[in-house]
Amino acid sequence: MRRTSCFLGIIALFLVHLALLSLHSRRVQKLWRENELPETRKLVHRLALTDVALWTEARYTRNPALADFFTPFQDFPAAFEHFPAGSIIAPTLPAVDSRLSIDTTTGRTRQ
Amino acid sequence: MIRLLKILEFALSSLARRKFKNLSIIVVYSFTIAVLASVLLLTHSLKKTALAVLVDAPAIVVQRLVGGRHELVPISYSRIIEKIPGVGRVHPRVWGYYYDSLYHVNYTLLGINKGQRRFAMVSGKTLTTDEQCIIGQGVAGAQHAETGMDLLLIDSKGVGYSCEISGTFKANSNLWTNDLIVLSNEALQGFFGMPDGLATDITVEVFNGREVALVAQKIKRLLPDTRPITIDEILHTYTSIFNWRSGMMLTVFTSSLIAFSILAWDKATGISGEEKREIGILKAIGWDTGDVLTLKLFEGIIISVTSFLAGISLAYVHVFLLDAPLLMPVLKGWSVLFPRFHLVPYIDGYQIIVLGFLTILPYMASTVLPSWKTAITDPENAMRGV
Repeated sequence: MRRTSCFLGIIALFLVHLALLSLHSRRVQKLWRENELPETRKLVHRLALTDVALWTEARYTRNPALADFFTPFQDFPAAFEHFPAGSIIAPTLPAVDSRLSIDTTTGRTRQ
Repeated sequence: MIRLLKILEFALSSLARRKFKNLSIIVVYSFTIAVLASVLLLTHSLKKTALAVLVDAPAIVVQRLVGGRHELVPISYSRIIEKIPGVGRVHPRVWGYYYDSLYHVNYTLLGINKGQRRFAMVSGKTLTTDEQCIIGQGVAGAQHAETGMDLLLIDSKGVGYSCEISGTFKANSNLWTNDLIVLSNEALQGFFGMPDGLATDITVEVFNGREVALVAQKIKRLLPDTRPITIDEILHTYTSIFNWRSGMMLTVFTSSLIAFSILAWDKATGISGEEKREIGILKAIGWDTGDVLTLKLFEGIIISVTSFLAGISLAYVHVFLLDAPLLMPVLKGWSVLFPRFHLVPYIDGYQIIVLGFLTILPYMASTVLPSWKTAITDPENAMRGV
């Protein structure tokens, strides 16, 4: 049973390691939520920011939340993306329920 | 129980006999899982961080569209929006992009009102005059500038524009402010050459979060040439960028899954003559088919569980302790100003369980099925390798 004990020991070590990583995750999250999150939210609120500054190549990658609907097709339909970020940001962002449209005959709005 | 432990001991001895083959399988298997798990952890962490912070983003951003394209919006629109019941502060924003041809980088320029009280996460002073600015760490790095120095840009008339850097955003806000240059509204309007009475867009505060969609409907009805973007849509954008179906997930996930399929296929298409002989001998000395299958199942479990646990541990260390050096170039793309930031270690148990099912079960099935085919053949034929 020497090998079994050794194997079960290795698995136990892995599990302990994962448990420690999980504790690390919770601790860092807690510190971030207590120290950085309130300040970051305050900053985002005061500057009225809407996007992360990850991709600065083009306006539709810098501010994907505010980009034109047809941005992925601005060169021509099915054009290859200029920027690698275009393969990370899916080209078609599915519409959500709150997208608005106007009924021109009655003037009513619907959701 | 003792029987199972003995079969486990036998399975470990059997694997130890082919240790180089099995060790190389564990290495490749762990690497594949580490790559998959790294992408999952990275995208999940970015998504959770973005969603946690963007809760305080503007409830509605009102853009004006002309010919389907984003156009400057008249500031007078804000007075119409203000009258809608339930609407709080309505603020016309002046902002835009600037390409610095000297350093070949793009900046985002944002206007604020002068004399606002001090910002959180800024070291230095706030803006008091039109000749001052606050810059992000990325801008400071690209321009080799710091607080107290002058920032030199070229305005829309092609004339040099200089402003004193009154403060810099702290490094822990990099994810949001890395490429940002904050000027006063008046200075930025002059810099961009924007006509008076126009802004880039309008942000709208809504007192009751449940009324945001209704207010957006009213804005659209009152101002039909506008596009109100609600906070839900902004959050939805970030959910869809970093979800399972995002481009990054598809690219990395698919290639890793193909690599794993090749590994599993190689196992599933047959077992070696040596393994067939081993099964034949076991059957000849009295093991029944159930025992042989338990043995092979244990072999599969030993390899896949060890690889899975090693892969997940490696992925965590790679993404959260080393800041994902292997995946950052994929995220960075052509961004010259890419923020340096620490990822907040969020783990999604659901994703890890799904990853476990997607990787452990197929491998175990591909180990057990060919063994079952051999185990039900005549021991003599199995020993001869027929």
